[in-house]
Amino acid sequence: MDFAHSLSLIAPELTLSVAGLVLLLVAAWSGDKAARLISILGVTALVGCMFLVAPALCNGFMGPDFTAFGGQHRADAFAAFAKLLIYGSSAAALVVAPAFFGRLGQMRAEYPVLIIFAALGMGMMASAGDMLALYIGLELNSLASYVLAAFLRSDGRSAESGLKYFVLGALASGILLFGISLTYGFTGTTSFAGISAALSDGMSHGALFGIVFLLAGLAFKIAAVPFHMWTPDVYEGAPTPVTTFFATASKAAALAVLMRVALEAFGPQAGAWQQIVIFAAIASIVIGALGAIGQSNIKRLMAYSSINNVGFVLIGLGIASAAGASAMLVYLVIYIVMSLGGFVAILMLKDADGNPVERISDLAGLSRTRPALALALAMIMFSLAGIPPLFGFWGKFVVFQAAVEAGYVSLAAIGIAASVIGAFYYLKIVKVMYFDEPAGVVTGRSDWTLQGLLFLTALFMSPLGYLLTKWLGQLADTATAALFLAA
Amino acid sequence: MGGFPILSLMLLVPLLGAVACLKLEAPAARQVALVATLIDLALGVVLWLNFDIGGAQWQFVERHEIFAGFNYALGIDGIALVLIMLSVFLMPVCIGASWHSIEKRVGEYMAAFLLMETLMIGVFAAQDIYLFYIMFEAGLIPMYLIIGVWGGDNRIYASYKFFLYTLLGSVLMLIAMFWMVNEAGTTDIPTLMAYDFDPGVQTWLWLAFFASFAVKMPMYPVHTWLPDAHVQAPTAGSIILAGVLLKMGGYGFIRFSLPMFPEASAQFAPLVFVLSMLAVVITSLIALVQSDMKKLIAYSSVAHMAIVTLGLFAFNVQGLEGAMMVMLSHGLVSGALFLCVGVIYDRLHTREIARYGGLAINMPKYALFFLLFTMGSIGLPGTSGFVGEFLSLAGIYQVSSWVALVGTTGIILGAAYMLYLYRRVVFGEQKNADAAAMPDLELREYLMMIPLGLAVLWMGVYPESFIAPMRQDIAALDARLARVKPHYDAPLMLGKGTPAEEAHGEHAAEGGHH
Repeated sequence: MDFAHSLSLIAPELTLSVAGLVLLLVAAWSGDKAARLISILGVTALVGCMFLVAPALCNGFMGPDFTAFGGQHRADAFAAFAKLLIYGSSAAALVVAPAFFGRLGQMRAEYPVLIIFAALGMGMMASAGDMLALYIGLELNSLASYVLAAFLRSDGRSAESGLKYFVLGALASGILLFGISLTYGFTGTTSFAGISAALSDGMSHGALFGIVFLLAGLAFKIAAVPFHMWTPDVYEGAPTPVTTFFATASKAAALAVLMRVALEAFGPQAGAWQQIVIFAAIASIVIGALGAIGQSNIKRLMAYSSINNVGFVLIGLGIASAAGASAMLVYLVIYIVMSLGGFVAILMLKDADGNPVERISDLAGLSRTRPALALALAMIMFSLAGIPPLFGFWGKFVVFQAAVEAGYVSLAAIGIAASVIGAFYYLKIVKVMYFDEPAGVVTGRSDWTLQGLLFLTALFMSPLGYLLTKWLGQLADTATAALFLAA
Repeated sequence: MGGFPILSLMLLVPLLGAVACLKLEAPAARQVALVATLIDLALGVVLWLNFDIGGAQWQFVERHEIFAGFNYALGIDGIALVLIMLSVFLMPVCIGASWHSIEKRVGEYMAAFLLMETLMIGVFAAQDIYLFYIMFEAGLIPMYLIIGVWGGDNRIYASYKFFLYTLLGSVLMLIAMFWMVNEAGTTDIPTLMAYDFDPGVQTWLWLAFFASFAVKMPMYPVHTWLPDAHVQAPTAGSIILAGVLLKMGGYGFIRFSLPMFPEASAQFAPLVFVLSMLAVVITSLIALVQSDMKKLIAYSSVAHMAIVTLGLFAFNVQGLEGAMMVMLSHGLVSGALFLCVGVIYDRLHTREIARYGGLAINMPKYALFFLLFTMGSIGLPGTSGFVGEFLSLAGIYQVSSWVALVGTTGIILGAAYMLYLYRRVVFGEQKNADAAAMPDLELREYLMMIPLGLAVLWMGVYPESFIAPMRQDIAALDARLARVKPHYDAPLMLGKGTPAEEAHGEHAAEGGHH
């Protein structure tokens, strides 16, 4: 594998790095008034990278030909699948930002640059073929994310959210690193392929501790119970476009890397981590659902909803099969679009002065004052609750189907019964919007970018989304095949 | 009807109407909704006329493999046909019942109803198990909105209860479906109906389906959502809830539980009998003491549906046909009764029985229709109620005389509470001046009452029209259940003694139908 070939495989990463650096220079010289231009260029770079990675997925690239730098980096279909999600949601986080920050006079030029570097780190996580590559990608992403969470410097909640995220995130990174070092110590390698080979005939207690610490660190990143505490505070405090970014791109990257570590590196010893993952799945579903019931802030509610949804994704991982992994990817796509739609709708909730409205009680009677917005938000809520015929149902469908097919019937039964608890709080939002008398708070209008994005996500969640099921399933299968071939 | 996708068209018409209604102002929305439902009714008539009785079991089949994991597959047998007819027949009545009584957010209201119609037809026409599930579950959304937005004072509690109860029931069914599809390797309902699952597993599958259908039906201990939902729902919501949505539970039993899990059905039949007997007696007694008209009819629905489950689990032709006829009859009669309540509710805005009295004096024509439907509910010979209840009880009598005995008390108690209701509302002296001043039926109300009344009489006098399409399917189901026939304590005997030569002939003729 020569160096030039490796470089060609990391073309998306190179593009993003160069774009990020150039835009940083532009930002340094022309200041905040160029923020919008930088955003547009940033979106262009991200969309361009999506085109660069798409062939890998469509043509099902997998195997050693698509491994760069001696196994450090994999440019296979699985990475491409995750990167499409990451870059797409990063671009969306850029598109929705100007309307939010512009009103506060805080649309600074650093925002797009930070998002691009975070996306770059996430892409590296998804492509990682080695623990160290994973860690570098994760830290690149995390450092940018900490700054983004605290992006509204003058806002106490934002600063608090940034600090919390940083302190807890640093702790999680430490745990992760400890897990990596234990794994290295007991298997003698940091490459996923090497670990997999070393574990193929038995695992020592030390390596078991390694996987436990690794999973704990990654569970923090995906906000799975019991490492979920930071999520509501960070989601609530961070500026809404940044929350959108955390709920979509970060989720995709963290779950992708979790799949790589669990199924690729520790694939031969699935029995060792399955019960941990299953526990985290059920606990996330239940605690995410119960925690959301008492919330009065819609961003906090979405945070608990994301914990709840991660639980469903983890059911796919808990069964440790190719079908489960494929179901996870399908769920992930649907969840990311739903959550993107949800946050776009939240961004559109503004009072007469354009201030964001976050209290759930202020949504009262929205169906009469803003029928289209209320309809879209209601669709998102029913979809998140997994009620057919909305497309959110399909995510739960494939995950539970995979669980039942793999023989985990009681896991599926517990999970799906717990999902009914979740339906309660999603219904609450619909109830407030449709059944209550109008509060007359949400009166502000939004520009066409938000409306267009909301329309697209709502269209995806409508029953028309089912027309995508075949195509989505095929792509997920291709990506999963690449993941399991690498393992 | 070679290949013409009439079922898809029947799904599409209300769906397009629903989208249109969302955008329209009140008067236009009403008209669009009425036209859409009438078109669907016309299509339903075409469907019925073109249904080949005694032909292929599954007709009007459509199949498109456009989804991953499941197919867009439609097709109906006789059982589905009559239930679809019931749905499309009741929908224009629902729209008519809401013509004046719904004033706020009419467009959304009509859209919710039209969406409901699409989903109801979808449930009965689906030939793919997952498509069925999607349609079955999706009905929760419009019904939740109908109860919650346009309902009474305590609507929010009722809407939550309705939604969460039925959702919890059906999610377990989904898990069972995953297992079945994985085992049988197909999502096709007709294939699954003929597939023999391992009897040990059937127990679990049956229970999962039971969780869903028993709630939907509703059966005795899990029926409590129904009175709340009925009382709070607007008139048309009650009509559709009692008329069609409850039938989905019965349809589920006859389409899934019985043919797919015959051994488990036989195993659990005693449970169903006990629950049904409890329901018949207890809910009838509860109905007797109600002071709210809608609540009374809601409890009577639970009692009637218990007769349906008795008939279904008798595992013989009489019981199965009777159960279907009770479902159809109950759909018409309880819908009509809720309409009768709605008519006077629109005038006086109360459902308190004590506020009315002596309506026969100022509303004689109303009293006539109300009497007809009351008799239908009681099961008077000549009305639709009689046929089904007689057949169901005849079916169950063969299995166990004791169950039949308890079941029959439901008919007596039914007569008690319905006549008591009728006496308090229509007869007696006129206690309240405002009730005494209510005008009699208007044209719109006649247009709804007359077809319902005619249908009730038709079904009572010549039930053959409705039984004929189902006969072959019931016979197939009966044959499927033959291997688990329970021990009969009072089986039908073909007359052995020669003296009853004529009776023998009659029995033979009856046997010949099946």
